[in-house]
Amino acid sequence: MNLKLRVWRQTDPSSRGRMVTYLVEDISPDASFLEMLDVLNERLILAGDEPIAFDHDCREGICGMCGMMINGVAHGPSRATTTCQLHMRHFKDGETIDVEPWRAAAFPVVKDLVVDRGAFDSIIQAGGYISAPTGAAPDAHATPVPKVDADAAFEAATCIGCGACVAACPNGSAMLFTAAKVGHLGLLPQGQPERDTRVVGMLEAHDEAGFGGCTNAGECTTVCPKGIPLTLIGRLNSDYRKAVTKRG
Amino acid sequence: MTFWTEGEPIADQAAPDGPIETRWERRQFGAKLVNPANRRKLTVIVVGTGLAGGSAAATLAEAGYKVRSYCYQDSPRRAHSIAAQGGINAAKNYRNDGDSVYRLFYDTVKGGDFRARESNVYRLAQVSVNIIDQCVAQGVPFAREYGGLLDNRSFGGTQVSRTFYARGQTGQQLLLGAYQALERQIALGNVEMHARHEMLELVVVDGKARGIVVRDLVTGAISTEFADAVVLASGGYGNVFFLSTNAKGCNVTASWRAHRKGALFANPCYTQIHPTCIPESGTHQSKLTLMSESLRNDGRVWVPVRAGDDRLAADIPEAERDYYLERIYPSFGNLVPRDIASRAAKNVCDEGRGVGPGGLGVYLDFADAIARLGRDAVEAKYGNLFEMYERITGDDPYTTPMRIYPAVHYTMGGLWVDYDLQSTIPGLFVVGEANFSDHGANRLGASALMQGLADGYFVLPNTINDYLAAGPFRPLTESDEEVVAARALVEERIDKLLSIDGDRTVDSFHRELGHIMWEYCGMERTEEGLTKAISLIRSLREEFWTRVKVPGTGETLNQNLERAGRVADFFELAELMCVDALHRAESCGGHFRAESQTPDGEALRHDDEFSYVAAWQFTGTGEPPVLRKEALEFEYVHPSQRSYK
Ligand SMILES: Cc1cc2nc3c(=O)[nH]c(=O)nc-3n(C[C@H](O)[C@H](O)[C@H](O)COP(=O)(O)OP(=O)(O)OC[C@H]3O[C@@H](n4cnc5c(N)ncnc54)[C@H](O)[C@@H]3O)c2cc1C
Ligand code: SF4
Ligand code: FES
Repeated sequence: MNLKLRVWRQTDPSSRGRMVTYLVEDISPDASFLEMLDVLNERLILAGDEPIAFDHDCREGICGMCGMMINGVAHGPSRATTTCQLHMRHFKDGETIDVEPWRAAAFPVVKDLVVDRGAFDSIIQAGGYISAPTGAAPDAHATPVPKVDADAAFEAATCIGCGACVAACPNGSAMLFTAAKVGHLGLLPQGQPERDTRVVGMLEAHDEAGFGGCTNAGECTTVCPKGIPLTLIGRLNSDYRKAVTKRG
Repeated sequence: MTFWTEGEPIADQAAPDGPIETRWERRQFGAKLVNPANRRKLTVIVVGTGLAGGSAAATLAEAGYKVRSYCYQDSPRRAHSIAAQGGINAAKNYRNDGDSVYRLFYDTVKGGDFRARESNVYRLAQVSVNIIDQCVAQGVPFAREYGGLLDNRSFGGTQVSRTFYARGQTGQQLLLGAYQALERQIALGNVEMHARHEMLELVVVDGKARGIVVRDLVTGAISTEFADAVVLASGGYGNVFFLSTNAKGCNVTASWRAHRKGALFANPCYTQIHPTCIPESGTHQSKLTLMSESLRNDGRVWVPVRAGDDRLAADIPEAERDYYLERIYPSFGNLVPRDIASRAAKNVCDEGRGVGPGGLGVYLDFADAIARLGRDAVEAKYGNLFEMYERITGDDPYTTPMRIYPAVHYTMGGLWVDYDLQSTIPGLFVVGEANFSDHGANRLGASALMQGLADGYFVLPNTINDYLAAGPFRPLTESDEEVVAARALVEERIDKLLSIDGDRTVDSFHRELGHIMWEYCGMERTEEGLTKAISLIRSLREEFWTRVKVPGTGETLNQNLERAGRVADFFELAELMCVDALHRAESCGGHFRAESQTPDGEALRHDDEFSYVAAWQFTGTGEPPVLRKEALEFEYVHPSQRSYK
């Protein structure tokens, strides 16, 4: 198939970027979106042009490294699908496709489609863990965990930290990402001792990193490749209120 | 032509002898300790943040050492360990089904086709139980039963249920546990994290590993980093084949640079090829995706009887289908071990009976299972896998048989380490898939995650003390001779890669190298093929260094430059893999030499000649490496030949 791509090109964080048009011909509908970009890049290199920089690693939808706005939608048109798992058969021959990086105040562009998501790590540093130094653990069966809680914790823990939720949010909020981790750890008995400090610390870090506030727009969950539900944000808010009330 | 020479044998000096059950305890007791007040004065560099590196960095920091951690991704959470699906083994015997530390030890030594060290494997089995405790305490959401206790399943042909899992995302959940522990130490100021940094050289001073040269992948800045010890946790090298189930960035650079500086590289030819991957769909293919092996429980593998039969699967009548695994291995059928299933698929494709693009695929058909169990039952078991398959291929496996083909999955070889996980360079420790230590010639399913976490949480943090007790070592400066030289090596190589400005892309070379390796050093190897591969690799390597085109400069994010450096190292590794495969004139585990098979086509070991670890010493690019043998002795598990007929 033949496509017209309009791609965001930006040399470095401080320079201004712009959309550049490329005609990409003879692409197999079985190629993934990233493989289509690989093919384009190979051609650009041989033509003496600078290839397009984009992040990726596993190409299996699990590492959370890839991500771009495709026709204005984070990770593109297929639901519950990362960019690396999106295939060209979902596009029409002759289609024009806009490709841009995540756009959010807390995710500065590094180059072309590559952004800096380090702010996610700082949210985790502020409490997204259970303090359990190596060697100090009791037997794994010492504390049974009801299956419903374990399953719910697992669902929340499936977040891959890709940042699509932030890119889709009109406020550039990372509330879905934060709520997923607060939910994962808060649903388990092991996570109880630090439950209050965790939610307060993570929310402070969230705001400090420059993410916007949540206004329940719900765009985040629509684009989330792992289907992290909005209900976790409700849970986070209630945890936060309880923690703050207790602190007085 | 001499492809290698033989040098002095080597031995593992760190392993205690005596009863195997007490060796680890005695080693821990015998190892020197470091006074907590002194630990602050000691710095450890950890390269890699996968299960092995993430757990090691967090644990060393908790112990009080100053840690500097590196990964090439934008966050430590994205290391390739994240992709592991199936599960992690541990000898908990929660099922009361006869499992024990001894049985896990026995299965692993046997599964490794008697090419691993008994002492190491026994320790791995012992430590496995602590891993599960540790991970649960961190909040890893393992699958549970209704009573609230942990669920187990059996995996990879073992007769006991000892595999712990978190849906199809075990690797991700375990890695997030280690990552969160690491982030906690970062917040406490005990770990300095350097994401998007790539190690390009090892700094060896006074014969000891004392630091690394790294490139900041965003700014291109080259810097030298010093420490009292260096830990490599940089993962496996399956990407030498270009197409594999590994993440795109997986590479051998960190290990290879250490090898060039004197660390021996052990058993490089032992490669695991997984039988159930989604086949290539065209020349654009950039990686291969693994489908869980559990599919073989209900799917039937077949190809057309007649070569070149290009009818649709549905149009091929039953009588013209060859269910070749059921035919050749009547007692195990579709459930034969990984290597046998892989080789059989290659054979039928070589006969021209493969299906799909390029004839590189075989059918995995669920029609009988759907007829027998009903669509709903099949969906309940395999629904998410079928969905994943459809997402990638566009085909619906409920109505059309899946197509599968083997793909490179795991590398058992790696840097040689002793019982303390120390390489032949003092102060250089190697953990996880990057070392060669525990799996022999073949790794069992769900055992890599176990080994990575055993090394990182429990083994290394104990053994490294013995070395660090002699530190802090003398302070280094940028102007020390060895430091200047290491840095110059990196800069010269980058300049060279950027200046060639040829007419072929890095990927085109990598693909071609991958083809050579797959053809001659893949599922079936012969003396003739390997000899040919070595000469093909050498000439392609020369071509690479004269014709490669790396666009851009070294001063910014330059993904082609990163790849070029990795491919350059793969070229050298590829040659060593072929030499190793050539010298080992026997079949064992993941290494099948066509000349060494039983009359019915099974792998045939030659214990009298080859019961050793082949550790290779670097002598120069394209120069014959020196073979150093470490003899293997089996006091507990007596070597036997396997059969699946
Ligand atoms: C698809 C798939 C499924 C699997 N499923 C299972 C399973 O179910 N059970 C099981 O037991 N095993 C499984 N395995 C194997 C297992 O996942 C790996 O062997 C294991 O996770 C390797 O862990 P590691 O910590 O050694 O390395 P990795 O997780 O690969 O980490 C390597 C780290 O090193 C860093 N790095 C590499 N080179 C450099 C450099 N030059 N400079 C700086 N940093 C560098 C990377 O950034 C990364 O952080 C699977 C493997 C694959 C591919
Ligand atoms: S919540 Fe969803 S969209 Fe946001 S980072 Fe996690 S996986 Fe990505
Ligand atoms: S590349 Fe890993 S999720 Fe897309």
